[in-house]
Amino acid sequence: MRAAVIIFPGSNCDRDMMVAVQTITGRRPALVWHKDSQLDPVDIVIIPGGFSFGDYLRCGALAARAPAMHSVLDHASRGGAVLGVCNGFQILLESGLLPGTLVRNSGLKFVCRETRLAVQKTIDTPLMAGLPQGSELIIPVAHNEGNYFADDDQLDALELGGQIALRYTDNHDSRPANPNGAARDIAGILSANGRVMGMMPHPERAMGAGHKSADGCRFLRSVLEGVS
Amino acid sequence: MQVIINITLKAGVLDPQGRAVENALAGLGFTDAVDVRIGKQITLDIDSEDAARAEQRAARMCESLLANTVIEDYTIEVVAPS
Repeated sequence: MRAAVIIFPGSNCDRDMMVAVQTITGRRPALVWHKDSQLDPVDIVIIPGGFSFGDYLRCGALAARAPAMHSVLDHASRGGAVLGVCNGFQILLESGLLPGTLVRNSGLKFVCRETRLAVQKTIDTPLMAGLPQGSELIIPVAHNEGNYFADDDQLDALELGGQIALRYTDNHDSRPANPNGAARDIAGILSANGRVMGMMPHPERAMGAGHKSADGCRFLRSVLEGVS
Repeated sequence: MQVIINITLKAGVLDPQGRAVENALAGLGFTDAVDVRIGKQITLDIDSEDAARAEQRAARMCESLLANTVIEDYTIEVVAPS
């Protein structure tokens, strides 16, 4: 299993993601600097969270046009798997690999807490193969712009196409299930071919020992085993 | 040519920041201010004497980077040097 993690100036979850991948696969992912236009063949490209380019202009806007992303677009156009987490999700939307956009949280506050996610019935995708539909995952979010937005036609198309992968669901406590106002409680979506996934929650922050949950590890194992 | 680009949220896109500012204005007694929307302005110089060409270049910049046309509209104003 060969993975690559793309690093931009301002990425800050790249090391955590590297350790998570290495913990699961036993193999260290390649770390690719944003200026590298060369991407060796890999089974999956992971775009980590953080604040690429200081969130200047719009979150992910500048990173989406960086040289390394041209290689990621080529990789995806050949059917290669891509996972974007948090700022990585924002970058995938800005690059056009996924539809819609992420706008400011409806509560105008940075949200950093555990969320409960319901695994949705999706199109056939290697990324979710190890996760039964209807199962729940507890994985934390940490973001200021995680409010998924698309027009109603686009949202309907995502629903009909089985492209909604994860939805925020009831925490069984007093906090709202949806932490950011995301349309239709969307926490993560898939591309039409099921090979590209973006999600706001941070699976690399729910790896078991020392973390509140090990569900991120379950999630990443499904992704990594699915593409190998 | 100086180019002034105004980027605004499309109608129908919720602007929580605008709403918070509207509430703050109301708190200051400006209850007549409604539909507060916050956008951004980008100014740049294009090395061209041709206003039409400058506008065309700016439009391409908006489409490829400066605006997110999923949620944003843009207007372009070309200012001839005085």
